[in-house]
Amino acid sequence: MALESNIPSGPLAQKWDKHKFDIKLVNPANKRKFDVIVVGSGLAGASAAATLGELGYKVKCFCYQDSPRRAHSIAAQGGINAAKNYQNDGDSVHRLFYDTIKGGDFRAREANVYRLAQVSVNIIDQCVAQGVPFAREYGGLLSNRSFGGAQVSRTFYARGQTGQQLLLGAYSALCRQIGMGTVKMYPRTEMLDVVVIDGHAKGIIVRDLVSGEISSHAADAVVLATGGYGNVFFLSTNAKGCNATAIWRAYKKGAYLANPCYTQIHPTCIPVSGEHQSKLTLMSESLRNDGRVWVPKKKEDCDKAPGSIAEDDRDYYLERKYPSYGNLAPRDISSRAAKEACDQGRGVGPGKLGVYLDFADAIKRLGLNVIRERYGNLFDMYEKITGENAYQVPMRIYPAVHYTMGGTWVDYNLMSTLPGLFVLGEANFSDHGANRLGASALMQGLADGYFVLPYTIGNYFASSKQAKPSSSHAEFKRAEEEVRKFTQRLLSIKGKRTPTSLHRELGKLLWEKCGMGRNAAGLKEALKRIPELREEFWKTVNVTGEAMEFNQALEYAGRVADFMEFGELMCLDALDRNESCGGHFREEFQTPDGEAARNDEKYAYVAAWEFRGQNQAPVMHKETLEYTEVHMSTRSYK
Amino acid sequence: MNLTLKVWRQKNGQSAGHFDTYPARDVIEDMSFLEMLDVVNEDLIAAGKDPIAFDSDCREGICGMCSLVINGVPHGGHRGTATCQLHMRHFKDGETITIEPWRAEAFPIIKDVAVNRAAFDRIMQAGGFISVNTGGTPDGNAIPISKAVADKSMDAAACIGCGACVAACKNASAMLFVAAKVSQLNLLPQGEPEKHRRALAMVTQMDKEGFGSCTVTGSCEAVCPKEISLSFIAKLNRDYGIGALLGK
Repeated sequence: MALESNIPSGPLAQKWDKHKFDIKLVNPANKRKFDVIVVGSGLAGASAAATLGELGYKVKCFCYQDSPRRAHSIAAQGGINAAKNYQNDGDSVHRLFYDTIKGGDFRAREANVYRLAQVSVNIIDQCVAQGVPFAREYGGLLSNRSFGGAQVSRTFYARGQTGQQLLLGAYSALCRQIGMGTVKMYPRTEMLDVVVIDGHAKGIIVRDLVSGEISSHAADAVVLATGGYGNVFFLSTNAKGCNATAIWRAYKKGAYLANPCYTQIHPTCIPVSGEHQSKLTLMSESLRNDGRVWVPKKKEDCDKAPGSIAEDDRDYYLERKYPSYGNLAPRDISSRAAKEACDQGRGVGPGKLGVYLDFADAIKRLGLNVIRERYGNLFDMYEKITGENAYQVPMRIYPAVHYTMGGTWVDYNLMSTLPGLFVLGEANFSDHGANRLGASALMQGLADGYFVLPYTIGNYFASSKQAKPSSSHAEFKRAEEEVRKFTQRLLSIKGKRTPTSLHRELGKLLWEKCGMGRNAAGLKEALKRIPELREEFWKTVNVTGEAMEFNQALEYAGRVADFMEFGELMCLDALDRNESCGGHFREEFQTPDGEAARNDEKYAYVAAWEFRGQNQAPVMHKETLEYTEVHMSTRSYK
Repeated sequence: MNLTLKVWRQKNGQSAGHFDTYPARDVIEDMSFLEMLDVVNEDLIAAGKDPIAFDSDCREGICGMCSLVINGVPHGGHRGTATCQLHMRHFKDGETITIEPWRAEAFPIIKDVAVNRAAFDRIMQAGGFISVNTGGTPDGNAIPISKAVADKSMDAAACIGCGACVAACKNASAMLFVAAKVSQLNLLPQGEPEKHRRALAMVTQMDKEGFGSCTVTGSCEAVCPKEISLSFIAKLNRDYGIGALLGK
C-alpha cells in the first residue's frame, strides 16, 4: 500500500483552515450515533475523549492505571510551548514552526508541524479556562521562561509540574463528561488487540486487570493515545507501566510503524546505582547553566573523592571540546560526550557510569543562596534519591532514554494506514522528526486531542460510511480467542527466568547497540541476538499466578513479549538509516569533528514499516519529506 | 543490610487477609523502597511463590499511584516524600518493617497492598471541574490573576491524589483531598461562578462514598507527600457553608 499523507494543497499557512472547511462534518444530532474508543488517558487521550464527548459522540476511554489522572504526561516538569508572543520578543507561529522543524533535524512533516504551531495558542487559552494554575507575573499576566532550541521566551509553566497541571486540566474536562454520561471510563483495563472488519478498525479486545476478564468493545473508530516505547530499553525516565503493546499490536493489524529508531536521550539524569535499578529520574537541564561537567583525566582517580582531585587532573570535556557552547552544548552532543568519557573508563560513581556536574565554582562566584534559590528543589530531589548533598559534593549525572519520536505512521488527519485507527501524541511519529525540543511534547499531545482529531474524525465518519459494528461479530470472537491463547501461553511456560530479568537483558543490549551511538556491526549483532533472546523468553519465562485474577506479573510479561519484537524493528530501522540525524547517531556517519552527518539526498524520508507476518521480514515504505517554506540547513553549535 | 518484612497478603477483595513474613537480603541503601520490594518479588517468583501486588507507576513522586503504609505511617513518614521516593538508607540492618495497604472503607483492597481509589475519581466527576468546552475560550491573558492567588491555587493543585490523607485519618476522611481540589478551582476567577455548587456536589459525593468526618487533627497534612496545607479545609468549609445557606 502506498503512503498517502493527505496533506491539503495550498500555501502552508492556509492548509489547516482550508482543510477544516473542506472536510465533511457530522450533523450534531447524528454524532451520538457514533461510538469512539480512546485508549490511553494522558494529555492526548484525555483531551480527545473529553472533546469528543462534548461534541456528542459516544466515547469509551481505557487506561491501565487506576485513574486516568495518573498517565505519564503527569511527570513532565518544564513547560509547554506556545507562539503567543506575550513577551514581545519576536515570536510567531512561523518561528515556533521553524524552531520545531530545525530542532527535529529536518525529518518531520512540514504541514503537521505548521498546524501544531498554529493551534499552540489555543491550547494555553483552553488550559487557563479550565483552571490550570500557570505561573503569573505580579501584574497578573502569564509568565514565560526560555527553553532549549529557541531564542524567544515562549514556554508556559506551572512550577516544576507543568505536566501534572495540564493533565489535571484535561482530566477535569474528562471527569465532567464522565459525570454527564457521554464518556464511559474503564480504568485498570489494558488493550490487547485491535479488531479489523472489512479493512477498518472496528474495536478492541481488552483485559480487565482486576478480574482478568477478557472482553470485546466495538466502535466506529479507535483512537490510540498510548504514549512512547522508551521502556523497550528497560531503564528510562518513563513510568514503570509505559509500554508499546497497543501500537505494536495495531502494527500487526496493518498500522505501519514509522522511524522507530528515533529515540531521545536526555543528558542530565541521576545515574544508575546498581542492578536493582527500576527506573531513572530526570533532573532539569537548566542545571547546566551553572554546573560544570567533568570527569578525572586519569582512570586511577575515578574512585577518589572528587574534592581531592586537583584542578589539573580534571577534564572539563564539554568546555574543552565545544568552547563556544561549553556546558550548554545540545542534548544529543552532551549525552554522547558523557558516554565517550565513561567508555574510556573515566566514569565516576557506582558502576562507573556517571560524570560530575559541579557547582563549586558557581557557589564561589554567586554565593550559596543564589544557587539555592535557582535550583533548591532539584538539589532536594537529588538528595532524596542519592543521599548526597550537592552543595558540598558535585552531582553525578548520566544520560537516559526519555522520549521516543518514532511511532505509528499517521496521515495529516492523524489516521494510520489502518482506516478508522487514529493515533495521537507520543504514540504517533508526526511532529518531532528525529529530535524533540523541550516543552513540545505537552504541546503536541494537547494539540492532537483538543484541536486536531475532533475535526478529522468527523470527516472519516461522514465520508467512509461504514456498517455499524457489533462485538458479537466473528472477528471479535476470533481476536478474543487469540488473546486468551497468548495469555495462557505466557502462564503455561513456568520456566526459570523472571520477566524482569529478560527485559533487563533486552534493555541492556538495546542501550549498548541501539542507544546513544549506533553502528552497523553493533546493530547486526543485536539483530542476531534479539531473536535468540525472544526464543529464550518464550522458553524460560516464569509468569506466576493465574489468568482470572489481578496479576501484575502477567500484565508485565505481555508487555515484555511485545518489547522483544519491537526492539528488533528498532534496530532494523537504525541499520537501514545510513546517516546521523537528531537522536539517531550512526558512528560511521559523522563529520571529522564528531558531529552528526545528515544525508538529505538519500534519507530525507519517513521510514514506515509494514508487518508482513510473524517471522517474516517487514517491508519499508518511504514518505518523502518535502519542504516548501524552509531551507534544510545543517544544525551547528560550534 | 538484611531486613525482615511483615507484609499484608490478601488474595482479593472477597477473602480475608493476613501478615506474612519475608526476609529482604542484601538490601543496598541506594535502593528505593519499591526497588527493595522488586527484589523481594524476584526472589518470591524464583521460589515459585506469588509476588506481592503493590501499585506504582512513575516512581518519581508525581503520579500518586504508589501507596503503602510503612511501619504504621502512610508513605513511611518522611516529610514531603511519597513511597516511591523513600530510600533504604533510612532503615537499619536487622530492622523489621511492616507493610500494609491504605485502610479505608472507601478504598477496598484489590489484592495484597493494592487498593481501589475510584472513589476519588467519582468525587471529581461530581464537580471537580470548570464547566467549559473545548474551543471558544477567551485569551489566556484576558483575566489578570494576581500572583498571590495563582500561587495559592497552585499550592492546592499540587495534590497528587494518592489517598495518604485518607489512610492517615482515624476517620478515613477525604477532606484534605476534596479541600485541595475545591480550593484550586474556587480560588481562581475562572472557578468563581460554580464555586458553591462545586463544594456542595463534591462533599455530597464524598459522604456517599463512605469517607468519614473531619475532626481537624491534622494527621492528613503530616503525611501528605505534597505537603498540602490543612488551611484549605477551612476554605472548603466556608464555600460549602455559604453554598448550603444559599441553597445552591
